[in-house]
Amino acid sequence: MSVKVKKKKLSIGRVITYMILIIWAITTIFPFVWVINNSFKPSREVVNSSFSPPKEFTLANYENAFEKQNVLTSYYNSLIISGSVTIAVLTLSSMMAFAMTRYNFRGRGLINSLIISSLMFPAFSTIIPVFKMMVEANLLNKSLSVILPQVAGNLSFSTIVMMGFLRGIPLEMEEAAYMEGAGVKLVFTKIIIPLLRPALSTVAIFCFLWSYNDLFTQLIMIRRRVKYPISALLIEISSKYGKDFGLMAAAVTLIIVPVLIVYIFLQKNIIKGLTAGAIKG
Amino acid sequence: MLYKKKWPLLIFLLPGFLMMLIFLYLPFIDNIRNSLYDMTSIVKMPGQEFKYIGLDNYKYLFEDPKIRISIINSLKMMGLTIVFQIGIALILAIMVDSVKHGQQFFRIVYFFPIVISATAIGLVFQLFYNYKGGMLNQVMAFLGKEPINWLAPSMAFIMISIPILWSYVGFYFVILLTGINGISHEVYEAASIDGCSRFKQIFYITLPLLRGVICTCVTLGVTGALKVFDIPWAIVPKGAPQGLTHFLGTYMYEQTFTIGNFDYGSTIALLMVVFGIVVSWLVNKIIKPDDNL
Repeated sequence: MSVKVKKKKLSIGRVITYMILIIWAITTIFPFVWVINNSFKPSREVVNSSFSPPKEFTLANYENAFEKQNVLTSYYNSLIISGSVTIAVLTLSSMMAFAMTRYNFRGRGLINSLIISSLMFPAFSTIIPVFKMMVEANLLNKSLSVILPQVAGNLSFSTIVMMGFLRGIPLEMEEAAYMEGAGVKLVFTKIIIPLLRPALSTVAIFCFLWSYNDLFTQLIMIRRRVKYPISALLIEISSKYGKDFGLMAAAVTLIIVPVLIVYIFLQKNIIKGLTAGAIKG
Repeated sequence: MLYKKKWPLLIFLLPGFLMMLIFLYLPFIDNIRNSLYDMTSIVKMPGQEFKYIGLDNYKYLFEDPKIRISIINSLKMMGLTIVFQIGIALILAIMVDSVKHGQQFFRIVYFFPIVISATAIGLVFQLFYNYKGGMLNQVMAFLGKEPINWLAPSMAFIMISIPILWSYVGFYFVILLTGINGISHEVYEAASIDGCSRFKQIFYITLPLLRGVICTCVTLGVTGALKVFDIPWAIVPKGAPQGLTHFLGTYMYEQTFTIGNFDYGSTIALLMVVFGIVVSWLVNKIIKPDDNL
């Protein structure tokens, strides 16, 4: 009996299925391996033999990227921007979600539908007036000009995720604390925030990655090279040194590697975080 | 409900709401107004007034050959997204669900390109497509064939669509796989006892029960296709060659921030919102007739 089952498992259909699945897996891994491999070669070698491992292993592309292209400065800029966006969104959205799920007030329905409908307008439809505001406020080329619209853009999604989560938390603990005389502030910081932790991590991952990868806002608001976040710098390098394949490969590798490392450690949370919005509908 | 005092409500709600008011709602309304004026600069000079031009920008939408290309490309992208992105994701999800080993591995690997910035992906494909010494032309040389200009007018759109489609398959794959995993095994068992083959089960059980999830994916896919920007911009900026690879997003950016036509840019942005609303309404109308799904 067991032999029969084993035979069935190795049927042709199953082999073909695995082959197709593995082929797709290769297409998702290959481009990144190719780029990392080529970042250790001089450009003339990339142009001729991009598939073989480096014949003359060199770190010259990285030296170029760090010394001449200021990659570290851009990392720093990106970290400041995405870190601030994440912290601000977490704070504001957990507060809003708390208010929306724990209070009954006039206009709650209206605010709820405002939050949901703002998911419908893409960054394109608000960026020109926001750009104008930043010009008037003299904030162009400052990190704040990217942070503020990104916070606003992520707030509604995050609040919806948090609201969904908070609705599922029973009220008893808060009630008990409140009856014992704890103020709302204490209830929020000591009970709600710790309970919200899973939702907070989901939202944090989503916001950080989204902001780190968002080229559109970066390109519009930041026009000075020393202030470039990482994606904008990448576009700049490609338009100026697009023919220096080695440098390009190194620059792309540098933007991929930190994300790759974080992904390896947090893949489950990241996948959950980035698909959360979709499943909630 | 629980809390009697109402004043903390303001502290909780106001900062977030103000952020959204200042950086989402008001700009959105301002954007509509901008599209009705002839904006000669982004900020008004002292004493300057912009001329009211009514619907001129909207009329120009019908005459502008480049916006036509952008609209067609964006619509094509939506179609390709449904067929290839969600189609491939669905096939992969059904396949992964049917094999016992390596589900977690495939999940992690397929999802990886979504985490990577689209800019980086665009540049990798730029290196692939390069005429002189790009990866694809190295393969051509290896096969003893002439190098091809992969971004020539006749094929540029297809070549740019490939990375856009490829990079997001994993996203829908994970959503669909989660949906498939949620279908109870008893349904399948009952079906196979009744003599329903594994292949038939896909059409009579998996797909009908997945309808709601597929509907979500299609809505996300078509609205996402409207917002395409990073990958085309990283491979060939400004819709090169000859504006043939412009999408609504890249054309809006070019008009606004490289040409400086702010009012027309606002018009295109509004067009994108209208498209988004109409398309997601249509999707819900067509494939989600039952509210329970």
